[in-house]
Amino acid sequence: MPLRLQARELACERDDRRLFEDLDLDIRAGEIVRVEGPNGSGKTTLLKILSGQLADYRGELFWNGVPMRRVRGDFLASLLYLGHAPGIKAALTPLENLAWYQALADEPGDEAARLAALEGVGLAGFEDLPTGQLSAGQQRRVALARLDLTPRPLWVLDEPFTAIDRDGVAALEARLVAHARSGGCVLVTTHHELRATDELRRIRLGGGGDDARH
Amino acid sequence: MPGTETPMTDTEAAMPFHREPRGGLMVALRATLKRDLVLLLRRRSEVLNPLVFFALVITLFPIGISPDPELLATIAPGLLWVAALLAALLSLDSLFRGDYDDGSLEQLLLTPQPLAALGLAKVAVHWLLTGLPLALMAPVLGIMLSLPAGSYGILALSLALGTASLSLIGAIGAALTVGLSRGGVLLSLLVLPLYIPVLIFGAGAVQAAILGDGVAAHLAILGALLAVTLMFAPWAIAASLRISING
Repeated sequence: MPLRLQARELACERDDRRLFEDLDLDIRAGEIVRVEGPNGSGKTTLLKILSGQLADYRGELFWNGVPMRRVRGDFLASLLYLGHAPGIKAALTPLENLAWYQALADEPGDEAARLAALEGVGLAGFEDLPTGQLSAGQQRRVALARLDLTPRPLWVLDEPFTAIDRDGVAALEARLVAHARSGGCVLVTTHHELRATDELRRIRLGGGGDDARH
Repeated sequence: MPGTETPMTDTEAAMPFHREPRGGLMVALRATLKRDLVLLLRRRSEVLNPLVFFALVITLFPIGISPDPELLATIAPGLLWVAALLAALLSLDSLFRGDYDDGSLEQLLLTPQPLAALGLAKVAVHWLLTGLPLALMAPVLGIMLSLPAGSYGILALSLALGTASLSLIGAIGAALTVGLSRGGVLLSLLVLPLYIPVLIFGAGAVQAAILGDGVAAHLAILGALLAVTLMFAPWAIAASLRISING
């Protein structure tokens, strides 16, 4: 399966501050790439650029060897992005939230799949409560249920471990590794220390943008 | 569309990630319409606010000016239209705000579906729960302004047509200002000039109905305005949302 996200001489300036420059990336199937750096070093900005949300950068992006501009639709159809804000509506139930994402992702509207995905993130029994009544960690889990609900090869996750309890963190970490082993690719920022595996690679921002294999 | 889904072939099953798009724009549109309707119906105050504003303004005018039926009937068409326009304007700021705050807007921009179509679905819900109720309520408030009986139908029809244009034009402004923390005033300044043609022909239609002239021309122009905004606004909304998210 072709899956390769490349960036060449990526540079970004925000509010007259240089976040990173001359950043070369090559992300392939089977990898977990962790973007590291102190607060404000541009981790979220880099993730937004790499997921095609920000156009305010210099350099070039390639998806499977083709410039991103030309294959944007194809790229978006392979991408699952979870941002800082989980994108979950407090007034809707977890099931209703997932139904919308399922429809947007072009998946058939199958309630059994949604229930299974919610059960997978430990939310069995909370399907029909307004999401606003759930705890912050549970709301984050509703968003994480999308990982199973809409299978996509490229995951771009911005601080996915926020507010998740210890068992949930271990389960999510295992889920990331399993995704990479099955041919997917994960791009993640987190302050949580990920267990070192063969799949894990680190990119450090705020220190000049060196790209060292772990 | 559910009926057009093709069964998964062996090659697709072997590559669970790579799949041809199912052409499910209708599915996505229907889901967005349903989601926004449910959301607004669960926050009734947001739906009721413009209607209450409309009713309050119209109630205060006879008290503030004069209860003279002839005078009121003269100013009624313009008054009803201006009040409805402002009520619609009031509700615009929240059109994309909630989605922007909780991150759903980012997700909307990252779907492979055309953003213009999904934006149009959101505007349709806004009109359904703001413009249409305003249009249906206007004849009742017309009675309070001693609007001649024959013009109620035209009043409701012109408002229904006109508010659809207002929602579409206003959504462009709402999309442009959604990234600003206090975009309300800017939004009004941006869209009010564009509202003026709709106001002129909308109020003109009601005036013509009162005077017994033909209303077809006014309604036709309102319809033409709606057709034009329907053609251009979705693209402008999509482009504005992209600009806002980029900022």
